[in-house]
Amino acid sequence: MSYVPWSKDEASRLLSQTSVQPGPVLISLQAIQTFFGYVPDAAIGLIALACNVTRAEVHGVLTFYSDLRTAPPPTHHVRVCVAEACQSVGSRALEEGLRDAGLGYEQAFCFGNCALGPAVNINSKLMGRASVDSVMKEMNE
Amino acid sequence: MKTYTVYVPSDSASRSVGAEAVAERIEFEALKRKVHVILVRNGTRGALWLEPLVEVETELGRTAYGPVCVYDVPSLFDAHFYEGATHRLSLGLTDNIEWLRSQDRVTFARVGITDPLSLRDYEEHGGFTGLRKALKMEPMEIIYELSSSGLRGRGGAGFPAGIKWRTVLQSGSEKKYVCCNADEGDSGTFADRILMEGDPFTLLEGMTIAGITVGADEGVIYIRSEYPDAIKTMERAILIAREKGWLGQNVLGSSHAFNIRIRSGAGSYVCGEETAMLESIEGKRGVVRSKPPLPAIEGLFGKPTIINNVLTLSSVPAIIADGSDSYQKRGVGRSLGTQVFQLAGNVSRGGIVELGFGVTLDSLVNEYGGGTRTGRPVKAVQVGGPLGAYFPPSSFNISMDYESLLEAGGMLGHGGIVVFDDSVDMLEQAKFAMEFCAEESCGKCTPCRLGSTRGAELLGLMAGGINIEGNKKILLDICEVMTDGSLCAMGGLTPLPVKSAMLHFESEFSSKKGELR
Repeated sequence: MSYVPWSKDEASRLLSQTSVQPGPVLISLQAIQTFFGYVPDAAIGLIALACNVTRAEVHGVLTFYSDLRTAPPPTHHVRVCVAEACQSVGSRALEEGLRDAGLGYEQAFCFGNCALGPAVNINSKLMGRASVDSVMKEMNE
Repeated sequence: MKTYTVYVPSDSASRSVGAEAVAERIEFEALKRKVHVILVRNGTRGALWLEPLVEVETELGRTAYGPVCVYDVPSLFDAHFYEGATHRLSLGLTDNIEWLRSQDRVTFARVGITDPLSLRDYEEHGGFTGLRKALKMEPMEIIYELSSSGLRGRGGAGFPAGIKWRTVLQSGSEKKYVCCNADEGDSGTFADRILMEGDPFTLLEGMTIAGITVGADEGVIYIRSEYPDAIKTMERAILIAREKGWLGQNVLGSSHAFNIRIRSGAGSYVCGEETAMLESIEGKRGVVRSKPPLPAIEGLFGKPTIINNVLTLSSVPAIIADGSDSYQKRGVGRSLGTQVFQLAGNVSRGGIVELGFGVTLDSLVNEYGGGTRTGRPVKAVQVGGPLGAYFPPSSFNISMDYESLLEAGGMLGHGGIVVFDDSVDMLEQAKFAMEFCAEESCGKCTPCRLGSTRGAELLGLMAGGINIEGNKKILLDICEVMTDGSLCAMGGLTPLPVKSAMLHFESEFSSKKGELR
């Protein structure tokens, strides 16, 4: 995944499209993150201005949703499903294995791949019946 | 030169186990061997244990091979699979695979059969019949059909769809909305995703019928961000529908206007609760609203709003097309029609099983599911997602319908069934239920916000063998407050997995176990 470095002009261009839609704050944050990879501090004031809400409101939405980041994502964004269906097929052991292998990952709750767990998502690519081996192989590709 | 049609699913579950590589390899081999193959990327048939499932069109019908690994493709070509020849991976005619043949596909009638984004396929397989019929009906006639069909909310609440629609119809507002809840966050459920990726037009048709019935001109589908493929497919389907003049100012040439847009979630489980979802669509924090007012009266942006789950709305076209009689003769008691069950977790044959209500849990877990994937004995199943109850095999004679599950101390939820083998630690599962609630609680009401954290702490103490009996008492007290005092199902139902685990697996929560730890 490649993102564009922060630019106020680009951000304003994005916001001119999202801020006119009904209920604009969340979609504005999502648009900023999709483009720049995260929501920089500098974006909060711009969004507040564009959407005609306070900075506090923007901050409130930003911190509510676990998808939204305030720092750039890691190069390899690894998410391991740790919800019940994946627990039943060994997601806890998988987590342990990944930790032992020194791989940084985030916990996630359900990718809807519950019949083919454990599910792991690497840079938005979904893997079924994941194992430490298959994850490490995917990382090296 | 003869042309062969080969199907390889493109849904995200199939691709998670290599369907993309299989499809690429089939194209490569076909070119290399000069076999003229038309590759259709269908949705999944729902037999996820057979994915990637490759099908070939033959004179007798579609013939299946699976699960196909990319390395199997050359040998499939060697065997002339494209002519339907036998191979080590042959499964015979797809329609004769017992697991699929014995199902009663109504909502999922087209999923896996058609090319998801081909309107021609859609129409050839009965698409638009419901909408065309609805356009000639009076709103109250449509609602009457819906009510007679017995259709209830498939998202989990089981509220009669007809009553909800009538409320919105009768509200005196110029502006109304139809919102589709596609925030399928429950672990063990994936039917919404598979439907949106495999037959998106059905959902659009169901929403359009809802719109013309109640006089709403705008629809919103709220899809969780964990489903990027479903979002993409639905977006493309909407574009196609607009191009063809189905969605827009004049629905299928009528005087009705209806448009649909998509809003993506942002990783919050509680946004699957309908009022939190409305807040999120409005761009705010996904905090639950107090009810009343009901969303049917004051919903999105304060306007009357139909909120239905993907499966509810996607069942509507078939109900209108075939009539309510055909739908309501399926099922039992007050649970009429079919339910799209999802077999998940540690299960040998996982996937989509659509059947009339009233099938037993045993039949689903053991006959369809084939027991655990690990081959060990089944110890527990969780029915209805993270807020659903755990049941031991001794309860497997439960009839799977809204009322029977309620009576058994559980709930149907979104129809997901997660199977666990005998290695599962039930205290750990109960603790997880509380931790999950603590993590995902919106924080608005105290029982949910504090109860979940305290509940997880208490279970942690119990796991450590500390004052087990005393802590159990406090835990049950907290459960009671959460059940009775929470604003929404998140806090209100979290005690269900906790208490059911304590009830059915009592020994794991006893002092004896604590001493062993």
